[in-house]
Amino acid sequence: MAVDLHKYANPKRFLSIIGAIYPWAALLTVGLLVTGLYLGLFVAPEDYQQGDTVRIMFVHVPAAWMGLSIYTMMAISSAVGLIWKHPVADLSAKSMAPIGAAFTFLSLVTGALWGQPMWGTYWVWDARLTSMLILLFLYLGYMAIWESFDDYSKAAKAAAILVLVGVINIPVIKFSVDWWNTLHQPASVATMEGPKIHSSILTPLLVMGAAYMALFTTIYCVRVKAEILGRRLRMLQINQIQE
Amino acid sequence: MTRKKRRLYIVLSGVAVLGLAAALILSSFQDSLVFFHSPTDLAEKPVPAGRTFRLGGLVEEGSYVKEGIDIKFSVTDTANSVKVTFQGLVPDLFREGQGVVAEGQLNEDGVFVASNVLAKHDENYMPPEVADSLKKAGTWQGKEAD
Repeated sequence: MAVDLHKYANPKRFLSIIGAIYPWAALLTVGLLVTGLYLGLFVAPEDYQQGDTVRIMFVHVPAAWMGLSIYTMMAISSAVGLIWKHPVADLSAKSMAPIGAAFTFLSLVTGALWGQPMWGTYWVWDARLTSMLILLFLYLGYMAIWESFDDYSKAAKAAAILVLVGVINIPVIKFSVDWWNTLHQPASVATMEGPKIHSSILTPLLVMGAAYMALFTTIYCVRVKAEILGRRLRMLQINQIQE
Repeated sequence: MTRKKRRLYIVLSGVAVLGLAAALILSSFQDSLVFFHSPTDLAEKPVPAGRTFRLGGLVEEGSYVKEGIDIKFSVTDTANSVKVTFQGLVPDLFREGQGVVAEGQLNEDGVFVASNVLAKHDENYMPPEVADSLKKAGTWQGKEAD
């Protein structure tokens, strides 16, 4: 395990893997997004209660999934950076943050647009919506920390600690709808009794979930490459000044 | 190796302690973290008249009466129910047997005077035909409080 990790922690090897994944991820993103949107907007039936409004789900729900899972990946990456001091781990977490923030923001906005016609309000301060807003602030705080330190390793450490403190929020978001009564309905897909969505609506939802994952991978490849090369450039500049 | 192990334990114990602290805080604020109170909550812990809170449950079947802009219905959690009056527009999803959250106060007669009514929907999604055939087959499982 430890040996394997070190192999991938080598920035050069990591960059070559990223370079190999990138075109396939991009291709997959286009294919899945087109398929998912077509299935969701044209093929999927109306919902028996919500009619066509249910189609907001295909954009909203996978965005929320991504918001949570990207944060979890950032937390794991940050922990690896903090504990094993891998050169790539901190940069990896750093390059995920804006993507996660964007997905979280998308889920909040589409949730508000869905809430207005269905619930009768754009926003309420229930446990699910509030904990999701906190997630957005955690992402923004994390990004702000990276910008506010001049010293790379101090920034990496402070940012990693913030992510790990905030990771408590992830189960709170997931289970908020079970622990407290909320305006937001309980989970429909990841439940103990299996999905509560009819397969004709579930299929486009899962395709969109895969599309978002591929989109994340694509953007991540670009961002993490830029971060690693930027860091290398910085080191070269510092070395030059010292000489 | 020992320094890495030590950092690993620090991180793990830090997250564990924070998790415990969060769990204690959240469970002690249980009452203020709920978005609404059910009719049964109300029966067990009465709220004085005139205090604003949210009442949630299902719109009781057969209780909905509309006279102009005056709306009357009952909110039930199947065990208890509370009469509600409201003046204004209700969301599209508002209907009998459907989840609802009303914000307002109890008056002296124990009737909940709502200033705002929100619809709450459940976690089931299906095409109308499937809903119809489930109802026909008698295996309908919708219309639960949460």
